[in-house]
Amino acid sequence: MSTVATAKLASLEELEALRSSIRVEQQKTQTTVALCCGTGCQAYGSGRLIEVFAEALAKEGLEDSVRVRATGCHGFCERGPLVVIHPKGTFYQRVGPDDVGEIVAKTVKQGELIERLLYVDPQTKEKAQTEEQVGFYKHQHRLVFGNNGAIDPKSIRDYLAVGGYAGLAKALSELKPDELIEQITESGLRGRGGGGFLTGRKWRSCREAEGEPKYVLCNGDEGDPGAFMDRSIMEGNPHSVLEGMVIGAYAIGSNHGYIYVRAEYPLAVENLGIAIRQAEELGLLGEDILGTGFDFEIRINRGAGAFVCGESTALMASIEGKIGDPRAKYIHTTDVGLFGKPSNLNNVETWANVPLIVNRGAEWFSSMGTEKSKGTKVFSLVGKINNTGLVEVPMGVSLRDIIYKVGGGIPDGRKFKAVQIGGPSGGCIPESLLDTPVDFEQLTELGAMMGSGGLIVMDEDTCVVDIARYFMNFLCEEACGKCTPCREGTKIMLDILGRICQGKGEAEDMDKLEALGEQVQLTSLCGLGTSAANPVLSTLQYFREEYETHVKDKRCPAGVCRQLITFSVTPEACTSCAMCVKACPVEAISGGTRKGKGKDRVRVPALIDQDKCIKCRACHEACKFDAVVIS
Amino acid sequence: MPGEKSASVEEIDVSAARKIAAGHRAQGNSLVTVLQDVQTEYGYLSGEVLEAVAEEMEVPFSQAYGLATFYSSFSLQPRGKHHICVCMGTACHVRGAANILEKLERDLGISSGETSEDLKHSLESVNCLGACALGPVVVVNDAYHGKVSSRDVDKIVADLE
Repeated sequence: MSTVATAKLASLEELEALRSSIRVEQQKTQTTVALCCGTGCQAYGSGRLIEVFAEALAKEGLEDSVRVRATGCHGFCERGPLVVIHPKGTFYQRVGPDDVGEIVAKTVKQGELIERLLYVDPQTKEKAQTEEQVGFYKHQHRLVFGNNGAIDPKSIRDYLAVGGYAGLAKALSELKPDELIEQITESGLRGRGGGGFLTGRKWRSCREAEGEPKYVLCNGDEGDPGAFMDRSIMEGNPHSVLEGMVIGAYAIGSNHGYIYVRAEYPLAVENLGIAIRQAEELGLLGEDILGTGFDFEIRINRGAGAFVCGESTALMASIEGKIGDPRAKYIHTTDVGLFGKPSNLNNVETWANVPLIVNRGAEWFSSMGTEKSKGTKVFSLVGKINNTGLVEVPMGVSLRDIIYKVGGGIPDGRKFKAVQIGGPSGGCIPESLLDTPVDFEQLTELGAMMGSGGLIVMDEDTCVVDIARYFMNFLCEEACGKCTPCREGTKIMLDILGRICQGKGEAEDMDKLEALGEQVQLTSLCGLGTSAANPVLSTLQYFREEYETHVKDKRCPAGVCRQLITFSVTPEACTSCAMCVKACPVEAISGGTRKGKGKDRVRVPALIDQDKCIKCRACHEACKFDAVVIS
Repeated sequence: MPGEKSASVEEIDVSAARKIAAGHRAQGNSLVTVLQDVQTEYGYLSGEVLEAVAEEMEVPFSQAYGLATFYSSFSLQPRGKHHICVCMGTACHVRGAANILEKLERDLGISSGETSEDLKHSLESVNCLGACALGPVVVVNDAYHGKVSSRDVDKIVADLE
């Protein structure tokens, strides 16, 4: 990374001049090795790859002509570590340190492909040479996420080279605050954090609210388990969030901003911090932005591990240094928010959409999506799915297309059962409704919600009662305790669900859950409580039979609920390899050996002592011959 | 490593905590931020440290204690030399994270949220680490282990010494 002129840009012309000079400079480098350093790829060891690439390039004397770029998340976490070599865009997956020498020698120097590192489509068996040819990317429409793979998140120069801060320049030079709000309203952009409130309307309320100062906030407290798109934007393209916030602040008339980032995301905190410093150095943030006289500063607050702080009023309390208790919102936070002042809170993905809209216009944005849900949405596709990763598609695409076309379907030939959308506040959607176009209204109608966009795919080995119990346990633990319906209601629902999973369910339990769920929905104080029953109610709606099997037959068809299953060994399939015997932590398995000598040598199949068995699944996992069965 | 500092529980030098608090107070930062930085320094929040922070920030002790117990990232117990964190996010859950956590509890002889008496190990579960492609995920002293099976747990535990 080169460090050239960090003097403050005093005008829009200076910004464009800097952009041109960066582009000229970057064009000098013919080849770039873009290395995904998102959390997934880092966990696979991509951090080490950076050094190995640098060494290999130096050995070939290529360190000055080839740039190694550590980028943010490319989204295809399943096949990491990912490497893309530009300008051709050659796409390599599952790259290890041992492959690097060959990549430099063959692909970087000679332009040759290394076949074994290419992605092979599991269905067509065709090899993809570039990202565009991979099924996972082919069916996506990457806008918010588009630059993640193209820039080094720690380099503002990279962001400027791809057109960064042009939206801000346009907003400050061509649009009055009111016109800007009008544009965002017309685009139809709605909050990506879950609620789906019209962004432009929220900005307008805050602008018109009485009281000074006004605050512009970014919700980066992505608490839904199974959702990590906001993390990837903050880590991979932090400037897009900052740019959106500065534009919003200008429209609303605010000079102070906060970004509230989840405690578990240290890399996001680091990259946002670097981005803020860089933007300040260039006069894109701070006092007198681009010489226009507009001031805006941003501070980062780290969350401290409380799910409820994703709720707007709890988040604001937390920034103030208090316990994250939500309050009733008879008075909107746009009137009385942080420190009792008008505050506008949008989530990370919403802010990252703003520069795109300003750059390309409201009409362009609203041409994508459905009647009431415009633009694209980033989903995290996880669970029992072949292509785990982050997926950006236009609103209105069907769940089936996301799961099968982009996600590549269910692994190991298992059958699809349900998809949980919207995290703990969302619902489970069955196979029969997979053709539903995904937008805010449709999902709410099905008893789920957009939430932040987590899609957790479940196959026939997932028990929906266990999943409902899992979410209820989560919510019960995370409930702040302020209001009775949520605090007590989630606890009682959890007790009932726990009982059902233990085979102690009673016939009226399902009706009780429904009645209680509706009560909690109607009477809770904040969003956590009003949506807490969704996972239970939606599974009861679509999978009531499975509940009944648990209650009446005391059976768990998916083979998950421990008290309702037994492990046994099929003697015919057992090879007496003793792997299960070794794996068992409680010495519940006998046999699994060979006895006698010569001709008399016989196999003794393994046998599980049901009284000792703790149903930890270790034997089932250890057996390579599918001889340990669950019934 | 913050964990290493917490070896002697009895005598705690609170001057670092006071210094951190005073610095933040001057900048007008919140008590949550102070506690985060103090925890980074000490590895956990002891009673003495909380008292010192409350005094320095001129707030009642109950307020500092309230925050320390409300937010799950604060720990009132010292962490072990090896800190093991099991992701219990939904993606990890459907891939059997509960069994992994249970096995770790069995093998280490401590429950989730506890530290072993010799301060060697501490075990914790978190809601989601956002590394869903790798589920079930176990993080040992900041090193990620992905697609963990029961057998991998044996290896992870064996490598802890």
